[in-house]
Amino acid sequence: MLTTTDPIDQRFGLARRVTLPGPLKLDSGALLAPVEIAYETYGTLAPDAGNALLVCHALTGDQHLASAHPRTGKPGWWQRMVGPGRPIDTDRFFVVCANVLGSCMGTSGPASTDPATGRPYAMDFPVITIRDMVRAQALLLDHLGVARLAAVVGGSMGGMQALSWAATYPDRVPAAVVIASTARHTAQNIAFHEVGRQAVMADPNWRGGDYYDGDPPAAGLAVARMAAHITYLSEAGLTEKFGRRLQSRERKSFGFDADFQVESYLRHQGLAFTDRFDANSYLYITRAMDYFDLAEEHGGLLANAFRGTGTRFCLVSFDTDWLYPTAESRSIVQALNAAGAPASFVELSSPYGHDAFLLDSPDLDRVIAGFLGAVR
Amino acid sequence: MSLRPDLAIIARHVPAGARVLDVGCGDGELMAALRDASGVDARGLELDRGNVAAAVARGLSVIQGDADTDLAGYPDQSFDYAILSQTLQTARAPDRVLDELLRIGRHAFVSFPNFAHWRVRLSLLWGGRMPVTRLLPERWYDTPNIHHLTIDDFRAHLRDRAVTVEGAWFLSGDKSTGRAAANMFAEHAVFLLTRNKSV
Repeated sequence: MLTTTDPIDQRFGLARRVTLPGPLKLDSGALLAPVEIAYETYGTLAPDAGNALLVCHALTGDQHLASAHPRTGKPGWWQRMVGPGRPIDTDRFFVVCANVLGSCMGTSGPASTDPATGRPYAMDFPVITIRDMVRAQALLLDHLGVARLAAVVGGSMGGMQALSWAATYPDRVPAAVVIASTARHTAQNIAFHEVGRQAVMADPNWRGGDYYDGDPPAAGLAVARMAAHITYLSEAGLTEKFGRRLQSRERKSFGFDADFQVESYLRHQGLAFTDRFDANSYLYITRAMDYFDLAEEHGGLLANAFRGTGTRFCLVSFDTDWLYPTAESRSIVQALNAAGAPASFVELSSPYGHDAFLLDSPDLDRVIAGFLGAVR
Repeated sequence: MSLRPDLAIIARHVPAGARVLDVGCGDGELMAALRDASGVDARGLELDRGNVAAAVARGLSVIQGDADTDLAGYPDQSFDYAILSQTLQTARAPDRVLDELLRIGRHAFVSFPNFAHWRVRLSLLWGGRMPVTRLLPERWYDTPNIHHLTIDDFRAHLRDRAVTVEGAWFLSGDKSTGRAAANMFAEHAVFLLTRNKSV
């Protein structure tokens, strides 16, 4: 396996992209080839390649962990967490973040070209799972010369990947941080995702997914994002931010404009999302999340996923997160205890619901820095 | 290290390399001492999230949870020692917590403040007021200690439940006191217990 500290190694840096020959065998039985992966690295890979830390992103996240997003110009989505001297310290770790399989920021997904037809895959892209995303990341790490990670870290869907990493490649993951996440999607989680998918599919522009040469189903995708966005916030957070306040008007319009600030906010969130995300990717990734049930993959008993593991775990939940509430983290902790795995867990307090893991949280910083500080 | 006296006693008696569960581990003071001094594999359970964060920041494996409700998930006899220091009297069901401790650990260390210490007795006898002492600094309405007990209460309970006492230490301040009149002169007690017949 290649290892190098050459600073001009073309494999390392921002806005990297690699085409791996594959084929990648997927949980569905399908084979995917080639496998394109867009990724970024921060910091320097140690000579023994032992300081690599993989960050897994959430549903609509991307590889721009701590660098400006090329389309929106916004700072990296976890810039406050990742950097020199930050909790995920790039002076110490070689940090890798890859766009997940099925997404639309450069990694193979439904918008990628199907080598069989020369046209976008659209709905011919195979249905993927969280474990498939992890397998693709493992291929990338092989390419980067990283046999064994120092740690894997993820929030929300990123946490699902971190759990799947620990279950699939226990020998490659000595430490896993799982934030605001779950080991399986509940009926309610699936239900919200289905609302979003149906909104996309009900948009006449969706055309069975075959819209890449015309207008995309932006209205449907915007509605999907609006519904999902509500699940990322808490009622108290929405009340504090918007209450029943009206948007740039003195009184109700007795019509269907965005009278309320919260309506205006959601419409903006929905529209802004369609500028940066592919509707079919949204379908595929939400499907992967809905299919996720780590216990099911291990004979119905979650503890079996971690039997004999050498991985140290750190789980964090937020008290106002009703998408993946504390009880979900606690059931993972119970499984880890039953398996005898070294685990830490803390429920942090935040008014901001599920999104809290992306926002300023000194408590979260302290827990992550402390846990990673004990990584060899 | 300058551990609290009851913790120092426990630390002295946990052998190197043992597997330990510290229930109510606070900020992980004892766990860190055990890990650093004798390579003990220590895990913790702690109610207060600030304490959990502090313990995790020390590199310890600590789970936020409640001794009353969150011990059920630990397998039988999965630890060499289960430790409950100064926590028994705060449990809603201390008898059940003790049972869980002896189920999870092959041995259990339990330490608690003795409500029959002479200062406590005097306070009630002469003052007619709930005692506020060095070890019991809270007032009746804000104390976390909802199930006060004495050393003799605890001994009687152990007899009723057929629990074997493998060791007992009695402290007044940071000094040992005699076993004879411990129920009068000890401010707190440390017991080493087991339910296993042949250990």
